[in-house]
Amino acid sequence: MTLAIETAGLRKRFGQVSALDGLDLTVERGVVYGLLGPNGAGKTTAVRVLATLLVADDGEARVLGHDVRREAEAVRSRLSLTGQYASVDQDLTGAENLALIGRLLGRSGRGARDRAAELLAAFDLADAAGRPVKHYSGGMRRRLDIAASIVVTPDLLVLDEPTTGLDPRSRADVWRIVRALAAQGTTILLTTQYLEEADALAGRVAVVDHGRVVAEGTPGELKASVGAARLHVRFDDGGTAAAAAGTLRTAFGLEVVHEPGSGTLTAPVDDPERATAMLTELTRRHPPMTGFSLDRPSLDEVFLSLTARQEVPS
Amino acid sequence: MTIELLTGGPRPHRAGAVATTAAYARRGLLKLRRVPEQLVDVTIGPILMLVMFTYVFGGAIAGTTGDYLQFLLPGILVMGVLFTAVQSGVTLQADRSAGVVDRFRSLPGWRAAPLVGAVLADSVRYVATAAIIIVTGLLLGFDAGGGVLGVLAAALLVVVFAFALSWLFTTLGLAVRSAGAVQGIGMMAVFLLVFVSNVFVDPATLPGAVAAFVDVNPISHLVDAVRALLHGEPAGPEVALALAEAAAVTAVFAPLTARLYRR
Ligand SMILES: Nc1ncnc2c1ncn2[C@@H]1O[C@H](COP(=O)(O)OP(=O)(O)O)[C@@H](O)[C@H]1O
Ligand SMILES: [Mg+2]
Repeated sequence: MTLAIETAGLRKRFGQVSALDGLDLTVERGVVYGLLGPNGAGKTTAVRVLATLLVADDGEARVLGHDVRREAEAVRSRLSLTGQYASVDQDLTGAENLALIGRLLGRSGRGARDRAAELLAAFDLADAAGRPVKHYSGGMRRRLDIAASIVVTPDLLVLDEPTTGLDPRSRADVWRIVRALAAQGTTILLTTQYLEEADALAGRVAVVDHGRVVAEGTPGELKASVGAARLHVRFDDGGTAAAAAGTLRTAFGLEVVHEPGSGTLTAPVDDPERATAMLTELTRRHPPMTGFSLDRPSLDEVFLSLTARQEVPS
Repeated sequence: MTIELLTGGPRPHRAGAVATTAAYARRGLLKLRRVPEQLVDVTIGPILMLVMFTYVFGGAIAGTTGDYLQFLLPGILVMGVLFTAVQSGVTLQADRSAGVVDRFRSLPGWRAAPLVGAVLADSVRYVATAAIIIVTGLLLGFDAGGGVLGVLAAALLVVVFAFALSWLFTTLGLAVRSAGAVQGIGMMAVFLLVFVSNVFVDPATLPGAVAAFVDVNPISHLVDAVRALLHGEPAGPEVALALAEAAAVTAVFAPLTARLYRR
């Protein structure tokens, strides 16, 4: 079966900025694929090249087997893009926006209106159907925008940062929509700045930084590659903390981080039960403990570790 | 939120160029209906000028206010409709800033359909503006010697010319970064062209260099043609010249707009 997306050595410069610097992507059909990267990584640029809105300076890109440059029309008829910024007409109502897209895609007037009503109901926008979009909330606008992309079910749906700037409830709505579409077999390319979101929605993820893929794999593989969760334990004084660090090193064989003089130590934990055992041991051997917390590496740290690894020739 | 029925059944046949253009034109009309102030905004200025110039300067310039109204109305008609044409560029700029252009460009179909559809919808506004100005003129006592046919022909000519000139403003709309700038630059350009033309005064009274510009100014040619049609005088060569200039503007700026749009 042809791949949903295939790019090789994609490059795009804007003046001095290299937005895409040799982007290689391979996306199978029938999956939700996450493009994960910080602001400015080149996600939007990549997505715009795939949607034929922008022509790359160099490299190849194919969508469902069609070259984005030579077979742009074929790409446009099979891919739908929901851009990073809402692209619905603020002056028109939700129903008018969707009916317009329906007509543009070849539905009859009646068919376009029916489909619009159906989607508005499914996306919880039926009550707002007759209101101009400028009166919609951010979450409503985002849902309408996604609805506009599936007026005719695309073979590949591209969502560029679909939850950035949304409140938690609206974000949950978008997640549900993505999962429902995926369950029906639509291939989805989703860009995000949030590891958590890629983890929740995508089957595979490419981490993008400075216009290049710096890591690729399932969310589990990525998380494993950047290290486990970490346990931070605080003590009254630096001496106790140093002793506690020694205990963890010998008893559990861990690489514990402790700055001399600091009351806090940090230890990696690969499974939560181990953390319980560690805490029990520390309370028994080095009382009193003033506090502890468990966290995961932040996205910043993930990127730092991934980009740092890049620079070490292997 | 219920998410059933998300798949929309089989893909319909690809829409043809006429159907997509019509859909975009329809969108333009819906927008116009939603924001009718736009029409009043650009018409009120020319109407005020018509009234004020006629009653304040009319006697001084033409001897009587009635004579001056006869002279001025055709030019005000041209000015009002061309002001409206600037709006095509403003709308396009706003669409691009809002991401609407991206959405349209990512859809399959005839590439120029969004542009042609929008500009066609704008023609309706030109007709409305022309009607408002002509009716005001008639109420003030304008004597349309050309009769109903002359008035219709004059209005049609102005609308066709505005349609052509709107491509200049859509080009401008895609070349600058804010809708305000399109509005400002566009209105200023129309205003200057209108001012240094035969709209307000007979160019025979102007100094040499200015008169020379007035003579080659396409707005003057259009006003000559419209005046002749409204007054019921022979207008063949004037109309032909104005139409040729409209065609030339379209031939240059419609493709330029399409190019910038694809970028
Ligand atoms: N039209 C443009 N003109 C100039 N620079 C741009 C343009 N689009 C993107 N860039 C730059 O290219 C880089 C990548 O941008 P983008 O693809 O939008 O990243 P992301 O979507 O991952 O945040 C950024 O440094 C951005 O400033
Ligand atoms: Mg982006």
